[in-house]
Amino acid sequence: MKLIAHLTLHVCLLAGICFAAAPAPEAAKPGEELARDADVSGQYGGHLTIGQRSEPKTLNPVTATDAVSREVIGRLMADLIDINRSTQQTEPALAKSWKMSADGKTFTLQLRKGIRFSDGYPFDADDVLFSFKVYMDEAVDSPQRDLLIIDGKPMQVTKLDQYTVRFVLPRPYAAGERLFDGLAMLPRHLLEKPYREGHFAQTWGLNVAPGEIAGLGPFRLKQYTPGQQIVVERNPYYWKVDAENRRLPYLDELAFLFVGTEDAQVMRFEAGETDMISRLSAENYNLLVREKSRMDSQLADMGPSLEYNFLLFNLNDLSGKKLDEVARKQTWFRDLKFRQAISAAVDRESIVRLVYGSRGAALWGNVGPGNKLWVDQNLPHPQRSLETARQLLKSAGYSWNPAGLLVDAAGRPVEFSIVTSSSNSQRMKMATLVQDDLSHLGMQVHVVPLEFRAMIDRIFQTFDYDTAIMGLGGGDADPNPEMNVWTFNGTSHLWHLNETEPATAWERELDQLMQQQMVTLDYAKRKQLYDRAQQLISDNLPFVFLGTPNILAGANVRVGNFHPAVLDPYTLWNADELYVRSSAPQNAGVR
Amino acid sequence: MRTKTLALVAVIVGLHLVLLFAGFFAPYDAASQNRDQPYAPPTRLHFINASGFHLRPFVYAWTANTSSNQPGAYSETRSVEYPLHFFVRGSSYKLVGIYETSLHLFGVDEPGRIFLWGTDGYGRDEFSRVLYGGQISVAAGITATLIALLLGCILGVIAGYYGRWVDESLMGVTELFLSLPWLYFLLGLRAFLPLHLSAIETFFLLTGVIGMIGWARPARLIRGLVLSLRSRNYVLAARGFGASDFYVLRRHILPETFGLLLTQAALLVPRYIAAEVMLSFFGLGVTEPIPSWGNMLGALQQYSILVSYAWLLAPAGALVVTSVLYSSLADVFHSRLESSLT
Repeated sequence: MKLIAHLTLHVCLLAGICFAAAPAPEAAKPGEELARDADVSGQYGGHLTIGQRSEPKTLNPVTATDAVSREVIGRLMADLIDINRSTQQTEPALAKSWKMSADGKTFTLQLRKGIRFSDGYPFDADDVLFSFKVYMDEAVDSPQRDLLIIDGKPMQVTKLDQYTVRFVLPRPYAAGERLFDGLAMLPRHLLEKPYREGHFAQTWGLNVAPGEIAGLGPFRLKQYTPGQQIVVERNPYYWKVDAENRRLPYLDELAFLFVGTEDAQVMRFEAGETDMISRLSAENYNLLVREKSRMDSQLADMGPSLEYNFLLFNLNDLSGKKLDEVARKQTWFRDLKFRQAISAAVDRESIVRLVYGSRGAALWGNVGPGNKLWVDQNLPHPQRSLETARQLLKSAGYSWNPAGLLVDAAGRPVEFSIVTSSSNSQRMKMATLVQDDLSHLGMQVHVVPLEFRAMIDRIFQTFDYDTAIMGLGGGDADPNPEMNVWTFNGTSHLWHLNETEPATAWERELDQLMQQQMVTLDYAKRKQLYDRAQQLISDNLPFVFLGTPNILAGANVRVGNFHPAVLDPYTLWNADELYVRSSAPQNAGVR
Repeated sequence: MRTKTLALVAVIVGLHLVLLFAGFFAPYDAASQNRDQPYAPPTRLHFINASGFHLRPFVYAWTANTSSNQPGAYSETRSVEYPLHFFVRGSSYKLVGIYETSLHLFGVDEPGRIFLWGTDGYGRDEFSRVLYGGQISVAAGITATLIALLLGCILGVIAGYYGRWVDESLMGVTELFLSLPWLYFLLGLRAFLPLHLSAIETFFLLTGVIGMIGWARPARLIRGLVLSLRSRNYVLAARGFGASDFYVLRRHILPETFGLLLTQAALLVPRYIAAEVMLSFFGLGVTEPIPSWGNMLGALQQYSILVSYAWLLAPAGALVVTSVLYSSLADVFHSRLESSLT
């Protein structure tokens, strides 16, 4: 009896500690300009667990490059203007309003007054100035720096008063307000010292003490256990309130568990150990659909993502490299009719059915049906036709030898390889289907699975490959992030890297279109330019577009306000609004 | 004991014959895809329909349940029956790589399909693929074993027989080989090789790599045996009579290692078949669409597939059966070796 009393006391004490540890939301102060989410309601309290594929590398928002780190950092930090992942439109965040000048060069942002960092320290224009100084500092080498340096000139940032900041761009920049999304505002009072002393890049590593890191996001760091998890708790000073003017977030805590692989994520979710999961493959999603009778979960198929998967031809300049074999094959790849024949022979329907389990969409251009604002609806979607493909090859001087193999005008059999990452089963499968499709044209195609980094090295450095299957995109719906793919000197201009000038007339036109759309402020005019760009791309086929997966996500039934989006971070973008339903029995139906 | 051994040998020979004549026993080509039937479960053989019992089994076609949007959800279309025929004409293939024919042991009339062990993610017949895949996997295992044992035997005999610095330096090399981090070595090796290797090149690469890695262990065993044989009285006597090294090795030493070599061979073959599974993962194995047990099992690395489509475990089953047969054979060899030594 005594023992039980003792144990009960212990349990109570432990529970008490847990509850005491999550800070209660602060009452609103007079003069504090909070953002109100008019259509959001929920319940306070609770704890959600997310499974991550790997451990984050850093908590520093300026230097983080990997998706896993950004997933955690995004919950701790906030930006001035935010892209609402659900509507894909911009909305006020730390800036309560903004004005763009008529020439599209000047943005004047009005900051929220009286709001505080997660350590209680007030936020104002000096923090904004400091943040932009850090992002644009060459020595810090932030991945966001490229976005803020336009035509080699940095953005001019001036403080007009304590709560007003003006940004002047060197030239008009379409949808310029979208630039502010994802740029976390930093606390000057914590970071100025390390920045001055020149060791900014090393600050806010994973083992930073919770008291030394502060942000304006809905959560703040509570605990990091190496190899296991990161726990974040409610930021009691967060600047958003719900429909009933109660301060968000609802959750007491959010834990990021490092589980390893996608399969481990699925198993943990199935076992009820994690509450949310995103970026599911169709196979895993279908598995969860089948398991639904055993475990109660909310599963969401959000439709096609913004990612595009494609077959890439090596059209790089190989002079000076000892790659005669590849250079010989380039005479085929440079022939537009050859590329068109391949595009005509590829069975995209089968790719969607077999690779994505019908949860995906076929693609004929770089913008898919998931991007409703920018997709060119007039882009032709020709049916698969081996007959068309054969005609195209015949007219380009190819013929078939008695064994049924395709030979070029010089009598050489058409034989090439497709490299793809061995760890990406979906792209491996695409490669195998394309291989089979092209075998009907008499092409001898070999699928070469390579370890991811070995493949990247070949595509970006050595150019020692024939063709590859890769994927790009998925970040933002706007055309501007695509600039580095379609402009001749872009860092992801994969088919022909390190160009000094556009190699062909259509590439020159594409380059102009992309540059033009970037400075055009009117949406309709910009859309026209981008439509033309999409047509050029799909006519000239530097890539043969294959397909895009649907965004598939799931959550435990007890998660409230679960609204996944097709944009990254798919399920956590509204982490401040998520809550735990108390009415639903805990772990109901979870085996 | 004798009949059991005979039966075992018969089964092993039978298995290898089936694999050798895979084209005949397999109803379909290993690479032909049925894109409308991915992950189809094994076709059921029926004997009874509305009109009663039939001696000749028949099958129904699978129809995908499109409503559920679930691959692998199929139901039988009972309207048309496809009776099973033997010695039918189908896709043409080369028997043992030489004789071109289109004769298959069994099959059903088009458009019916018979998938004894279901289909994979591309709608390819798993049964045919296991048979064709076995050709490569088992041949790779046997060839690699021969390479490993040949190297191991030569080096082991030399080390054991000549002793002293020869022995020490050779055993130093075996230690080096046993301690090399092979995974990283293989990754590095792949980077140096040309992107595409033909099936033949891949096969020799596979067997070469496995054999090169594997020779060290048998070499140490042989060396130990030779070391003890060297000081036997009949060897000493032969040398006393002025026999050359070559004569002693040929007449007295090598025949004694034979039992050990056989046992090792039976043990190593299944191990090297399994090694092919690992090498396929590093892109050193044969690539699509040519099947091998290794690359077929590669698909099961995905958890969702592993738990959803049990029939895709068929190559693992084949691997287990082959391994058990070979280890029973190793047991037989071993007990013979024991009795001959005592």
